[in-house]
Amino acid sequence: MTHDPNTYSAIAEAGEVLKRRSRSERVWLVLKKAPMTAWFGMVIVLSYFCVALLAPLIAPYGEAQVFAEPYAPWSVEHLLGTDQIGRDIFTRLIFGARNSMGIALITTLLSFAIGGGLGLAAAIDRRWLDQALSRCVDILMAIPSLIFALMLLSIFGSSALNLILIIAVLDSTRVFRLTRAVAVNVAVMDYVEAAALRGEGLGWIMRREILPNIMPPLVAEFGIRFCFVFLMIAALSFLGVGIQPPTADWGSMVRENASLIQFAKYDLKAAVTPLLPAAAIALLTVAVNFIVDWFLHQTSGLRDEK
Amino acid sequence: MQLIVSTILRRLALGLFTLLIVSFIIFGGMSLLPGDFSQAILGQAATEETVAAFRKEIGLDQPAITRYFNWVGAIFQGNLGTSFSGRSGTGQTQAREVAELIAPRLSNTLFLAGVTALISVPLAIMLGLLTALYRNSVFDRTINAATLTTIATPDFFVAYILILFFGSLWQVFPSLANVDATMSLGERLYRISLPVMTLCLVILAHMMRMTRAAIISLLASPYIEMARLSGASQREIIFKHALPNAWAPIATVVAFNLAYLVVGVVVVEVVFVYPGIGQLMVDAVTSRDIPVVQACCLIFAATYIILNLMADIIGIVTNPRLLHPR
Repeated sequence: MTHDPNTYSAIAEAGEVLKRRSRSERVWLVLKKAPMTAWFGMVIVLSYFCVALLAPLIAPYGEAQVFAEPYAPWSVEHLLGTDQIGRDIFTRLIFGARNSMGIALITTLLSFAIGGGLGLAAAIDRRWLDQALSRCVDILMAIPSLIFALMLLSIFGSSALNLILIIAVLDSTRVFRLTRAVAVNVAVMDYVEAAALRGEGLGWIMRREILPNIMPPLVAEFGIRFCFVFLMIAALSFLGVGIQPPTADWGSMVRENASLIQFAKYDLKAAVTPLLPAAAIALLTVAVNFIVDWFLHQTSGLRDEK
Repeated sequence: MQLIVSTILRRLALGLFTLLIVSFIIFGGMSLLPGDFSQAILGQAATEETVAAFRKEIGLDQPAITRYFNWVGAIFQGNLGTSFSGRSGTGQTQAREVAELIAPRLSNTLFLAGVTALISVPLAIMLGLLTALYRNSVFDRTINAATLTTIATPDFFVAYILILFFGSLWQVFPSLANVDATMSLGERLYRISLPVMTLCLVILAHMMRMTRAAIISLLASPYIEMARLSGASQREIIFKHALPNAWAPIATVVAFNLAYLVVGVVVVEVVFVYPGIGQLMVDAVTSRDIPVVQACCLIFAATYIILNLMADIIGIVTNPRLLHPR
């Protein structure tokens, strides 16, 4: 604001300050102060999402289109060469973004719906419901989740739906723990008690009284859980029991082309090819971690130094 | 002393109970199988009689509770059942005992995990202590950024990068870790150098960050400040005041990461074609060889539970507050 010194009015200036900033202005102010790492993370995540959404438009070929030459080198028509049965790797990388991220996102959302809902309910109803759910979660968490997932997949068979359900249920135990822990502190507040006395139901108290107050840690946890789920699905696919071919997926792509690494001395480009999907996974999870780190600093001033 | 013993006993009982429930869950998996799986395992050529005989052999004609106790009883005698693979529809079977399949592989996995733990645990605790003491220095920040990146990276990515550099570009280490019982110790150590490096990098990052966080939160507590105000030297504060209380969090960190190692081992064994129990489990999952999966799962889960139990007990034993109850 520039003021003409001759016509300065204190009342006018005070009046200006009172004008409230709109939501978008406030968001922009916070974003402007974000550190480089957070910006880097946001740019990466956004571009991944664009690629995932526009996959059929960007990709030069079809997802499972097979060409004559398997293990073709990098060239103009096959930007990153072809894989073991002659599918274009660049195309599969792009479709892989859509499949891997889509499945991970659905799984994380589902695990938050289960874990978050039950966690809130346990925090409000501290009697038998809390006891029963907490003990169940203790037991489920006593088995390492990758091992548990492997066992369940061997029983139910590996399909995309089974993968989503199994990992969502296993992961919801962690969400339950966190939601319950933060919600317990809010559930004893006077305004929650007032709502209960007013006669509001469990659903209302969960949604309108407690949830808004525990949003920041949950949002941060969402980012972290997304990374975990993503890495877990990638690991399972890499082991050959996750997302099944011909669906393009980064984890299984690494496995299918891994033997190319042996030829690093003769053709470095070919040897790097199997690392590209793995690098894509790593870049995404690092980016999400950067955003979560910054978000935690923003919302709670949570720092490890005193 | 009384208090410590009773706390430990309670914790032990809880651990046993957890193990019991877990064994129940793992066993329950078998009952969830779709009904036609005997046919799938024995192949299309299987006759009615062989299918019936197979169902009888794995006890599907008995109630679940009887089968559970038979299964648990057999495990205590070291009998883990018979593998599903190698069975044929004609009734003759070359199926092997699960225990016989697992025993050599289990010792291989323990060897790999043991070497990794020997290297990574002291290194991680030392680095964690140093970064906590020189907090926010360039050293601390560099290590933090590096570990954050390692944590967010899939295990197999680290493994393949190591293979690319040390196994393929400069061929200093073998990129396949195929060991067998006839090799000398030195030869075996050389063969597993890349898997150990991979596991160390992954574990180190986790363990170091957790040690650092534990020490920092400890150094921020009021009694440390009190000691500092009363004029104690830095060395005295660390060794006399901080360390006795730090054993519990450090033990938790170590146990947590050794448990993490149990899981990490699966992926790393597959990458390096190491004949360990993790690879056996993945193969069994692919071929849906349920008895092998169950046995591997039980071993992994038991290791995990016992490690966590040990961390808790170390925490109880070293807790100075429990030694002097009010």
